Amino acid sequence: MSYQTFQRLLPAPVWIAALFVTLLALLLVACGGSSAGKLTIYSGREESLVGPVIEQFSETTGIDVAVKYGKNSELIATIREEGGNSPADIFFASDPGALGALSDRFATLPDRILGLVSESFRSRDGTWVGISGRARVVIYNTNELTEADLPDSIFDFTDPKWRGRIGWAPTNGSFQAMVTAMRIIEGEERTRQWLEGIKANDPKEYPKNTPIVQAAADGEIDVGFVNHYYLYRFLAEQGESFSARNHFLTAGDAGGVVLVAGASILDTSDSVEEAERFLEFMLSPVAQQYFAGQTFEYPLVEGARPQVGLIPLSEIEIPDLDLSQLVDLEGTLKLLRETGVLP
Amino acid sequence: MAVELGAIGAVAPASFRERTLSAPWPPLFVLAPAVLVGAAMLLPLGYLIWRTLGAGPEAWDLLARSHVFGTLFRTTVLAATVTGATIAIGVPLAWLTIRTDLPLRRLWAVLTVLPLVIPSYVGGMVVVAALRPKGLLQEILSGPFGVDRLPEIYGFPGAFLTLALLTYPYVLLSTRAALWNVDPALEEASRGLGRGAWTTFRRVTLPQLRPAIAAGALLVALYTLSDFGAVSLLRFDSFTRVIFLQYESAFNRTLAAASSLVLVALALGILLVEARARGRARYYRSGAGAARRPGVVRLGRWRWPALAFVVAVVALALAAPISVLGYWLVRGVQAGEPLRLVGEGALNSLYVSSLAAVATVLAALPVAILTVRYPSWVSSLLERVSYIGFALPGIAVALALVFFGARYATPVYQTLGLLVFAYVVLFLPVAVGALRASLQQVHPHVEEAARSLGRSPLRVFLTVTLPLMRWGILASAAGVFLITMKELPVTLILSPIGFKTLATSTWSAASAAFFAQAAAPALLLMLVSSVAVGLLMFREPQLRR
Repeated sequence: MSYQTFQRLLPAPVWIAALFVTLLALLLVACGGSSAGKLTIYSGREESLVGPVIEQFSETTGIDVAVKYGKNSELIATIREEGGNSPADIFFASDPGALGALSDRFATLPDRILGLVSESFRSRDGTWVGISGRARVVIYNTNELTEADLPDSIFDFTDPKWRGRIGWAPTNGSFQAMVTAMRIIEGEERTRQWLEGIKANDPKEYPKNTPIVQAAADGEIDVGFVNHYYLYRFLAEQGESFSARNHFLTAGDAGGVVLVAGASILDTSDSVEEAERFLEFMLSPVAQQYFAGQTFEYPLVEGARPQVGLIPLSEIEIPDLDLSQLVDLEGTLKLLRETGVLP
Repeated sequence: MAVELGAIGAVAPASFRERTLSAPWPPLFVLAPAVLVGAAMLLPLGYLIWRTLGAGPEAWDLLARSHVFGTLFRTTVLAATVTGATIAIGVPLAWLTIRTDLPLRRLWAVLTVLPLVIPSYVGGMVVVAALRPKGLLQEILSGPFGVDRLPEIYGFPGAFLTLALLTYPYVLLSTRAALWNVDPALEEASRGLGRGAWTTFRRVTLPQLRPAIAAGALLVALYTLSDFGAVSLLRFDSFTRVIFLQYESAFNRTLAAASSLVLVALALGILLVEARARGRARYYRSGAGAARRPGVVRLGRWRWPALAFVVAVVALALAAPISVLGYWLVRGVQAGEPLRLVGEGALNSLYVSSLAAVATVLAALPVAILTVRYPSWVSSLLERVSYIGFALPGIAVALALVFFGARYATPVYQTLGLLVFAYVVLFLPVAVGALRASLQQVHPHVEEAARSLGRSPLRVFLTVTLPLMRWGILASAAGVFLITMKELPVTLILSPIGFKTLATSTWSAASAAFFAQAAAPALLLMLVSSVAVGLLMFREPQLRR
């Protein structure tokens, strides 16, 4: 059809008007629907990881669930900008730093939920509870190194022999949580020395964990500081020949700290009962076994067992640490800037 | 056809302002929506200023600390070089795919636009996967050629390469729209006066394309300022990193807003440069008669080198990313990765991107008309303001709309309505650029003739101006459609809860290292977009043979 025919059949005013009307109609249709009677979750954990278990919750309990996925930081800023009108009932975050950053907006959880996990995996003021655990580990290239070459303590990586061989992600939330843990356990000064020591070794900087794992396998770096479970994703897609593995730091210092992904109920929630049922479900054996089996994380309640090949939590020397102390992100960022790790 | 010398004179930048015969005061159907659009564009800026006011002296500390001048300088250099490269790629591509007898011209016309749908974090991931030390390219080269070291990709080279390949379609799209409307009479006159094909292109065609090229280049420069995905993966320390550190690491909206304002200032600087580059020339026929469709330029012995150039660009900017994504997909499927169906995401993406394209073009029309037909300080201010959203990181714009939406417009908050509104705020300049360029080529006398025959301004606009602008409208709708397909931060934050698009599915899977699951929606994103763009572009007119 030529443009002339088109124009004769449908003169410009007609199709412009038609466009307007269609657009308005579509928008009006789209504006329908409300979130009442639903449980609304803002999840900083990816859908590919938690989507299936949330679906399972919905099927088991019959509670309607709506999930908004995003980065921790985006969701926190969104909840803050929404203020009292936030539709969110639950905030499900991937690290304790993010939970701490929003803790003034959380309701206090009942003891029957808090009591499900050990004290080291929840906030002591009762505002959030850990759902699954992730250990900080060192990923290493298996062509260049063996377990025996690797130290037990993260402090040994300041040795000049690691010059040019380290990868890290200073802007990443888990990394910063680890530095906060280090400040609490080892003190400001020792942490500063560690940061300066690593920096003197010319580490390569990555935006987050996954590129570090890939770079370690490629031999772009020999070792990298990451969370433990990313490796298993790579193994699932690339097979056993993937040439990087995890090394668990067993010296009991901050390098091997076990962080948690956790959740909390917003103080503006209008579905508190459903929200509490959600947290209970996430800490039930079924869901905990899901995290152990499907996301390769550590279950936090008694009875569920971690994936074969993971060092059990009981064998990791967990430093005595109140995870809610990890709130002091400001102090960590200040230190990172003072040492020139962050601009 | 007789060509008046006046026609050629109109091409040269006029040092004097042609007195316009149009009414000095724009009609209400232009002014009212234009002012509304302008007000909407000010929302993000208003929000940033409001947040920054709460910052206090620590904002200055932050800026002082972050070596702000060095970072701004690096960012400016990146924006300038990427812009230069996109002009060098986009303008020849536009000309070759529209005006010449390039083999398979229409196919290339569609394929060369498509890199626009590749999200920058996917582009960054692909460049890293292919070109990093011991990456895919080196694996290929190391066997037969024994190459064991590639040039360093991280830092400036990688960021430059990725952004240039992802953004040249902005220049391409706006230039294409203008090329359709170039009056062939001028070129014929130049040839008739003994100029060669190259001189004619350089002296006659190119100057007519200047506003369109400038409009596309401006988008590239502003996009480079606001991009975070590519620069972070390729480890280039640009100014957006300062902003993102505040949002992502410190969860500090206030300081993030303060540093975003610095980016706005930089964007305003770029806008001034563009205004100078655009010039004040007029680009319509002033001679008698109507413009015809341009004829085919025969490339002769340049046909194959030209084809090689086009193939090279498509190979790098499109085939390479598709191959890497395809490799991830196949590798994952072979390892037994389950692939979830992404049909719902595809429909949602198509739906919301079409809405965004229509809404943005409708919002851009009054702005374009006002700036071209009623130039004044008000209209140029309005036009400048329309670029602010595009120069800001998506998250800043999204949070501005969360702030206003959740507090003052609760019924539309987290509905498609607000999401589409956000897309308009973000992508208005993409539409305005192409529309403005095509409107500049419509002589106001044509409209005045229609007016003098008794038609109302609105009817003249609908029946005369709009049809003459159709290729510009098509190009701007296509541009907005494509970038909406890939948009991420605003879609994540403002979409109705549970609303999945191909872009959000790709991002979600990629960030959890589910590469196979990320590749499937990313490939589908490109497929769906190419069908849509193909349909649009195959409606373009045939050249005269």
